[in-house]
Amino acid sequence: MKGTPDATGLTGQRISVRTGGRLLLDGVDCRVDSGRTTALLGPNGAGKSTLLRALGALERPARGEVRADGRDLFSMRRRERARLAALVEQDLHTEVELSVRQVVELGRVPHEGLFGEDADGGSAVDSALDRAGVAAFADRAFGTLSGGERQRVALARALAQATPILLLDEPTNHLDIAAQLRTLRLLRDLAADGIAVIAALHDLSLAAGWADDVVVLDRGRAIAAGPTESTLTPELIERVYGVGAQLFPHPTTGRPMLAFEEMTSPRTTAEAEGRGQ
Amino acid sequence: MTAPGGTVSAVGAGAPATLRRHPASLAVSVGTVAFVLLVVSVASAVTIGPADIRIADVWASVASHLGLGSTPLTPLRDGIVWELRLPRILTAGAVGAGLALSGAIMQAITRNPLADPFLLGLSSGASLGAVAVLLLGVGLLLPPAAFLGALLALGATLGLARAGGPISPTRTVLAGVAVSALAGALTSLVIFWTATGDSYREILSWLLGSVAGARWPAVAIGVGALVLIGIPLMAGARTLDAFAFGDTAAAALGIDVVAARWTLLLATALLTGSMVSVSGAIGFVGLVVPHAVRLVVGARHRALLPISALVGALFLIWADTIARSLFDPRELPVGVVTAIIGAPVFAALLIRRKTAR
Repeated sequence: MKGTPDATGLTGQRISVRTGGRLLLDGVDCRVDSGRTTALLGPNGAGKSTLLRALGALERPARGEVRADGRDLFSMRRRERARLAALVEQDLHTEVELSVRQVVELGRVPHEGLFGEDADGGSAVDSALDRAGVAAFADRAFGTLSGGERQRVALARALAQATPILLLDEPTNHLDIAAQLRTLRLLRDLAADGIAVIAALHDLSLAAGWADDVVVLDRGRAIAAGPTESTLTPELIERVYGVGAQLFPHPTTGRPMLAFEEMTSPRTTAEAEGRGQ
Repeated sequence: MTAPGGTVSAVGAGAPATLRRHPASLAVSVGTVAFVLLVVSVASAVTIGPADIRIADVWASVASHLGLGSTPLTPLRDGIVWELRLPRILTAGAVGAGLALSGAIMQAITRNPLADPFLLGLSSGASLGAVAVLLLGVGLLLPPAAFLGALLALGATLGLARAGGPISPTRTVLAGVAVSALAGALTSLVIFWTATGDSYREILSWLLGSVAGARWPAVAIGVGALVLIGIPLMAGARTLDAFAFGDTAAAALGIDVVAARWTLLLATALLTGSMVSVSGAIGFVGLVVPHAVRLVVGARHRALLPISALVGALFLIWADTIARSLFDPRELPVGVVTAIIGAPVFAALLIRRKTAR
């Protein structure tokens, strides 16, 4: 499955998710292409995590469908689905005493036979530990790690799963700036290998410099989607986040960067209050 | 205790930085040692008691009953070995294995290190079911009745833990205490109501557990449940591993979370019910044994489940041997012995949780 993933990406169509009478997602369309990085953006509570879970078929939407290479994810067997898409959740926590390596080995569960046989298991785990930069503390207890280290272990587990689609919820959370850049570069490298990568991100500036495409959510609706440069405009940021934004090229790399300023217009305040409830 | 090739070092306030390595070879060695100890324990436990029985007598009796030779034992001595002590010890072993296995599985699927069939009320519920059949003449076989009792108690505990708030390990244990107290009281009530003779003794043996009266039918139920339910449960080892990081993580690894949780909970209720129907509610085996085994072979269930079963059998065989010989000729309910060992372990787990978060 390495190198040539058997899916050309993931498509979500008109996804609506309802929990306890509240509409968390309202008819969201989005696509994640193989070989590209997609940033999932939006303010807190916009529905980013919910959309990632729906795209991984971990939450059945009230309406809409998710397809990979034309196939409906919800009609697949669960193990097959878990070999297609891996999810990196926020704030991994367990009471079970496991070593880092044992946590990463869990990524092999969908590949293992009834008696645990898994021919590629050892090498997949070693290379995942290595690529995520956690090999040095592979034998440490997961519970003793810092938040940033746990985040990287979560990524390593997803890599061991060896899926052509990678869904990540705030993968740069808790990381210092060097580790953030390292993680984002690794995700770009994975995309270059042909994997479809979508990551919910908070830092718009990092996202602007990293993502090939963006999907912007606001209060459960996808209000913009497309290539980063043409989609993530100052006007859009102002409308969604209620802050002033300016785009300019990075002095050395030339990739887009953002600078923000608070807006004082009454419209913004009213909007922010409307969202805050 | 450091495993071969592993290291234990410390950082900061003495927190272990490196987990001991738990290679598969270690699990195999520990399992083999536990199995040999189990065989030796069964044979030597038979020799302990007021009548003077030697290991050679045990062998002679077993051999003659299996048709491997004629017995030089007198019928009386043969009866003590074959009709009294051996079935009692085998029942203790099967019950210990079943309860340890149930505890290990419950701890994983409820993600609750304090889970145990006794603490969550299953054992008391099963006792009530069994007593209802034995004394009230409810038209059911003993094991299914105990299973229904265990299932009802489990449903009540989980329902209560979830009512009015998010389910948490501590809430679950509190709910278990309430369910257990009620089921225990009803069990006592039923026994008292129908009593003709020594009802206190009978109440004690259902509430605290006893294998004093176990004969070959009890062995058949205990070993049968272990083989029919316990061994297939071991195939779920990797599923239990996948639950470590929660439901979403398990689902993302291809586990059918809802189906797996209910299948495994039903199976533990069935296993617990079968065991309690022959032994009453013996506490703490399911709590103490898996935690102790985890310290040695690690948290992965492919090693944890079979070794917990073996160690659970060893634990209860010796607990029962202590229970029947400590105040000889009077007998202590075996649950008293397991509680004396188990309650401090429970307390230690509580303290560790408090410091952890």
